[in-house]
Parts: sequence; C-alpha cells; structure tokens
Amino acid sequence: MSEDEREPAYLYPDYVGTRLRAPVKPLVQLPDGFHDFPAPLFPRSVTELDHDLTRQHPGEPVGERIIVTGRVLDSDGRPVQGTIVEVWQANAAGRYLDQDDQHPAPLDPNFSGAGRCLTDAQGHYRFITIKPGAYPWKNHRNAWRPAHIHFSLFGDVFRSRLVTQMYFPGDPLMGQDPILQSIPDQAGRGRLVSRFDPETTVPEWALAYRWDIVLRGRAATPFENER
Amino acid sequence: MSAPLTPSQTVGPFFGVGLPFEKGEQVVPAGAAGSIRIEGQVLDGHGDPVPDALLEVWQPDEGGQYQTVVNSTATGFGRCRTDAEGAFNFVTVKPGPSRAPDGHAQAPHLNVTVFARGLLRHLVTRMYFPDEPGANAADPVLKLVEPARRSTLMARDDGEVLRFDIHLQGERETVFFVI
Repeated sequence: MSEDEREPAYLYPDYVGTRLRAPVKPLVQLPDGFHDFPAPLFPRSVTELDHDLTRQHPGEPVGERIIVTGRVLDSDGRPVQGTIVEVWQANAAGRYLDQDDQHPAPLDPNFSGAGRCLTDAQGHYRFITIKPGAYPWKNHRNAWRPAHIHFSLFGDVFRSRLVTQMYFPGDPLMGQDPILQSIPDQAGRGRLVSRFDPETTVPEWALAYRWDIVLRGRAATPFENER
Repeated sequence: MSAPLTPSQTVGPFFGVGLPFEKGEQVVPAGAAGSIRIEGQVLDGHGDPVPDALLEVWQPDEGGQYQTVVNSTATGFGRCRTDAEGAFNFVTVKPGPSRAPDGHAQAPHLNVTVFARGLLRHLVTRMYFPDEPGANAADPVLKLVEPARRSTLMARDDGEVLRFDIHLQGERETVFFVI
C-alpha cells in the first residue's frame, strides 16, 4: 500500500469543510528528492515548563490530569531527535481559549491549552495536561468531536511535516467523527488512538497515555557521502 | 521494512491558541535592509476568503542554503494566520537560487505550506519572483507545471509589495505539489 492510500483524501464530503477547500485539480508530482531539503528551523525557544499545560497559571486547571508520552520516529524506525512538538487542545469542558469557539461551556482561567517540547535523543516527548472534553460542532445534526489533542511536528526534512490529532482509547464518538473517519483504513485510524499506559501512570497523581508518531523520511536514498 | 506513517488530520478552526506567535510573519525584522513585504489572500472554491487558514513559509538564505543551525537571527521560517478577510502577509528577503537534487539551479522561491479547517492534509506550493524571468524559465519545477497554470505560482509586483493569492479551488486554483 502506498503512503497516500493511508492518508485522508483532500475531498471527503462527509466533512463539510472540505467541499470548497479541497483542491480539485491533480497535485503536481515532483521527482523524488525535491522535498528532502532540511525541515524548517523553528525560531521559538522551548523552556523547561512549556511541556506542562497544568502549570501556566497561578491555580491548577479543572479536569483529569494526564501524562501523554511517546516517541517520534521516521518511517525507517529511527528516532527523530531534537524536533519541536507543538500541542493545543480544548479544556476539560470541551472549550477552546479561542474567540471563535462559541460552545457554551466554561473557560478555565487556569488553562490555556497550548504547550511545546523538544524530542530527546531517543525521540521521546512528554506532556502533562488535562484530558480534553468532547465538544459539539455544526458539521451535521448532533455532531460531536471525540476528545483529542492537536499535534504539530516538523521532523528532519521538509516532507516530514505533520499536523494531526491524537484520540483516546474507547471513545464512543470516534465512529461518527468524519474527521477521523476520513482516513480510509481501520489500521490508519487506529494509529491516531493513544493507548492507556499503566507503566507511565503515576500512582495517586495522573493517568498516562502513550502515542508514537511516525513521520515521512527522505523520499530519495542519499548517496553514501551525504549520510 | 518501513513503519506505517501517522496519518494527517486537519489543523481545525481553533489552532489560534497553539500555533501563531508574535511577529511570526516576520522572517526578517520589518524594515531590515533588503526586506520585502508579501501580501495575499486565501480563497475557497466560491472565491470567498478563508479566515481560518495558517500559512508557513520556509526558504533558503541569499546564498541558496537552508539554515540548519539554531540561534541564527533569521532562520528562513515564517508563520501567519489569515484574518477575517482571508489576508496574510510576510516580511522576508529574497532567497538565492537553491540546488535541485540533481544539482541544477532552481529559481529563487519560497516554499509555502497551507493549513486550514477543511484541509485534512496540508498543501504545499511555491511562490516565485516576477523579476527573475530567466531563472524562472529554466526552473525544473515550473517546467513540470502545465504552462497555463504557472502564473498561479508567480507573485505579482504591486508597487510596495509582492502580491501572492492562494486559490484552494476554482478556475485559478493554485498549483499544489504532492508531498
């Protein structure tokens, strides 16, 4: 199966937002290697506490404290080290700190919902946050997004760039969510679902979820003297 | 044996809390020597503005090299969200010609990435410069684009600024590249 078959198509009419935004003309294929130049060098620094979304305000946010960890790998299974991982999410009530979010659920003065960290030498990332709530949207009647955390990654080369969403195991809303269901195969959808991680769970403190991320590597095999 | 890739999902409408950052649109500081201003609009298939898109530019330096070392003053990266009119802007410098994988020169260009609500995967396009007719005519990527559509990749000199609109759909649909 090619890489593309695992990705959602641009046009997925059940997700209404794609109908006027998906390109209609065929995308132009460049020869292998044209998108193998270095990934963007992200200009923002990352500080020690940026990975902890529960410590950005004087008080603690409301909700279920969780730890989200995993590894970032390339498609050859090699760890992607030193790459920035950006996350953002709704609060425990399912509300984003965003002026366009009209869901009548409370904002939490102790939760902004954004964080970032750098992967370590083995590709590990780690966030402390609260479990986001589900929220309604207007795609179709009684549409609700399953709980999710947005992730943005750069990786090593330009074609590694990935923006995606992490879901939680057992969420009954996943089956009716056109954004998740836009991924054509069950295995692909499953790769966006984290798993409960009892080993990382901290007794008396926080449940943990584990989610590994695999980014595109180079399309062309570099010559030996380029390695 | 290759590991299966993690699929893409839309950036959604509420990325504002996480991704944009102050002066993200300034690849170089506004007013810096040699700086140019790029302005554009993202439009949907009805020609309506897309007010919830996020654009990133990534470009080599004036010598055609991509930065790979942190702590330089200008990294070559910019990020800007569209406003209520679908408008965005960047302040940058014109990059030098970079090398294609086969060693041939590519005309100066910015790599432009588009994220938006309704885009399940991001889109990649390029912005070329109108004052480079010779280099553009020889560019190996432009040559792969059907001639009638090449103008969608060309910025327009609008006096003080370079104008670069992105049409996600429609008659003037921008050329996007398979990633």
